Amino acid sequence: MRLASLSMAGLDLRAGSVLGPARAEAVAGYGLAAPAFLLIVFLIFLPAFGVFVIAVTDWQFGARSLSFVGADNFVEMMDDATFRAAMFNTLLYVAVTVPATTMLGLGIALLIESGRSFRAFYRAAHFLPVMATLAAMAIAWEALLHPTIGLVNQLMGDLGLVRPNWLRDSALVLPTLMVIGIWQNLGLAMVLFLAGLKGIPRDLYEAADVDGADGWLDRLTTVTLPMLGPVSMFVSIIMALRAFEVFDTVRVLTQGGPGDASETLLHTLYVESFEFLRTGYGAAVTLVFLTIVVVLTLVQARVLDKRVHYT
Amino acid sequence: MPSVVVAGIEKRFGDTVAVDDVTLEIAQGEFLTLLGPSGCGKSTLLRIIAGLEPQTSGSVSIDGRVVDHLRPKQRDIAMVFQSYALYPHMTVSQNMALPLVMRQLTLAQRLPLIGRFLPGSRGARAAIEARVREVAAALEIDHLLGRKPGQLSGGQRQRVAVGRAMVRHPRVFLMDEPLSNLDAKLRVQMRAEIKELHRRLGITFLYVTHDQAEAMTMSDRVAVMMEGELLQVAPPKTIYAAPADMRVATFIGSPRINLLGGVVRGDGAVEVPTAVLDVAAGLSAGSTVTVGLRPESLALVEVNGRDTFRGTVRAVEHLGADLFVHAEVEGAAEPVILRADPAAHDGLAYGDAVCFAPRPGAALLFDGEGRRTGLDVPAPCGPSPALGLRLDDAAFRAAGPMTVPRPVDQWR
Ligand SMILES: Nc1ncnc2c1ncn2[C@@H]1O[C@H](COP(=O)(O)OP(=O)(O)OP(=O)(O)O)[C@@H](O)[C@H]1O
Ligand SMILES: [Mg+2]
Repeated sequence: MRLASLSMAGLDLRAGSVLGPARAEAVAGYGLAAPAFLLIVFLIFLPAFGVFVIAVTDWQFGARSLSFVGADNFVEMMDDATFRAAMFNTLLYVAVTVPATTMLGLGIALLIESGRSFRAFYRAAHFLPVMATLAAMAIAWEALLHPTIGLVNQLMGDLGLVRPNWLRDSALVLPTLMVIGIWQNLGLAMVLFLAGLKGIPRDLYEAADVDGADGWLDRLTTVTLPMLGPVSMFVSIIMALRAFEVFDTVRVLTQGGPGDASETLLHTLYVESFEFLRTGYGAAVTLVFLTIVVVLTLVQARVLDKRVHYT
Repeated sequence: MPSVVVAGIEKRFGDTVAVDDVTLEIAQGEFLTLLGPSGCGKSTLLRIIAGLEPQTSGSVSIDGRVVDHLRPKQRDIAMVFQSYALYPHMTVSQNMALPLVMRQLTLAQRLPLIGRFLPGSRGARAAIEARVREVAAALEIDHLLGRKPGQLSGGQRQRVAVGRAMVRHPRVFLMDEPLSNLDAKLRVQMRAEIKELHRRLGITFLYVTHDQAEAMTMSDRVAVMMEGELLQVAPPKTIYAAPADMRVATFIGSPRINLLGGVVRGDGAVEVPTAVLDVAAGLSAGSTVTVGLRPESLALVEVNGRDTFRGTVRAVEHLGADLFVHAEVEGAAEPVILRADPAAHDGLAYGDAVCFAPRPGAALLFDGEGRRTGLDVPAPCGPSPALGLRLDDAAFRAAGPMTVPRPVDQWR
């Protein structure tokens, strides 16, 4: 009996030991998943947990002691004018740039797709800002927007218009950053839409032609837009994630100013944690930010599951 | 007046000639099938007629009106695509209604929400809905109206595609391999249903397929295309029994026709490997010809006359009702296939010597260019057969849902 079971186990190549084959398979499975699992734990879960722990303390970076303060950091956040401004500005920024980028990206993709010549050139031209380092690009923008010698204001002056101080005027600074953000992400939206357009079967357009939906508007509403539905959803969520993360332009161009007029979540987080070294408070802001991003990601996952294929 | 006239249509894609000077007339209410191997230009020709592809030269008329400059919508045709091309985001009922919505509602009436409250919109929409229901009932898909195409089986999608084409009363029905995505059993069933549909609607059908069984069972006439060229247009029986071209003879029929090289003798008979056939070649002595013999026009014989082939059995295929014998004949490039009665010749085995002879008048002669020759050969493009009366829509409605007997698959 013992001999028989031994020889059976010996024959089972998957097992390679006296464990039952199902157990052995499970062990192999866990073994193979372990490296990725450990990476996730050490790179994502532990740091996130660390942030959570720090967020309920008053730790300051470099300090030797810390004490538990409970929800104090969060309570303070509610009363903090800078944080409230950052939250409001970020939401406004998202609310304006996401629809604008998505629609402009769609429009440009449709134009490129309907044209015959220079397609590759237009694609590359619009995609360049996505590839460029935004910090470097921001410096170029700063030069363009310089109140006296910037190209934009020189043109405005030549046209006899007012020459505003784009980055120092508290009413203009956020819209200016929005325009830069749209410019930067437009290419990504466009490329995603172009891919979506390529995926629309040609015979749907032909069926629409035969069925009488052959004007450009009818084609758009009968075939193109509905077929792009899933892609549009995907694009707007990606754009929302990127908009929530707006940081480089703020850091390089305005540092959140004037006043709190261009303060954003990620910038506040950075300033609190690494300039004021109020790590506990920064961690609390991080948690708020993380929550927003995670919720968006979950929504995206659900939507993509549901809407990529029409079933 | 013919329903569709295709006059000298040519289509080039760069250097490839997809359709090569095709001229074709389709009669009112006729079921004409474009048959040919993959890549021969059938779809291209159909799409040119539909207006989805511009021709390089030539002209298309529908019901006596030249339509070359008209868009698909204005040509008053309906088309069923090979992929069905249903709109995946619309329900079955919306899919079927679209051709009517686009034609009968104004742009304003088509607007979402607001459009419903515009004057006349409600009545028009109700009429469209009624028509969709009626067609859906005829196709037995009325229980699927609320579903989206993704929730349908292949056969159901095919019916929806047909339904979308049917809701209007188009002048011509164009179908591009509508059955090629279905399994074999469903294909046979849908074949009969489409044929019945044609009978009931009385509309001209132009049907594209590469499946000879479909072409043979459904069509009034078959147009055989190869490499962009139209080789023959004739009723199925004629295509099979009297092919105008060697390529047509080879393409139609399974197992395929036997082709043997021959030489015309002084007495007018044709000498082929191991036999001499008494056929009226109508060619001068010494000309080379190709003799085509269908497997069922050869019979095993005992006697050894001058028209008797001698061969050695190389394979025997029992197919239940039929027995196919592959016999190697000295001087012939390929084994000759002949059909025998399984009851009488059950004992045949590899290596047996056999004699067989063609039935009188069964041999088809082709000249050096592959064209049919001989004294009794008709013109390649015969007239279209007399066609039944066109049924009006009331008759279609009265006919109720389809119930069709399975067709006998006689052209296997
Ligand atoms: N848009 C195109 N550009 C270039 N060549 C084309 C195009 N469409 C078709 N062709 C060529 O024209 C020829 C005929 O194509 P077509 O689609 O009409 O064939 P078909 O008879 O419908 O074949 P199948 O039975 O496979 O559908 C083919 O050689 C094909 O490669
Ligand atoms: Mg085709």
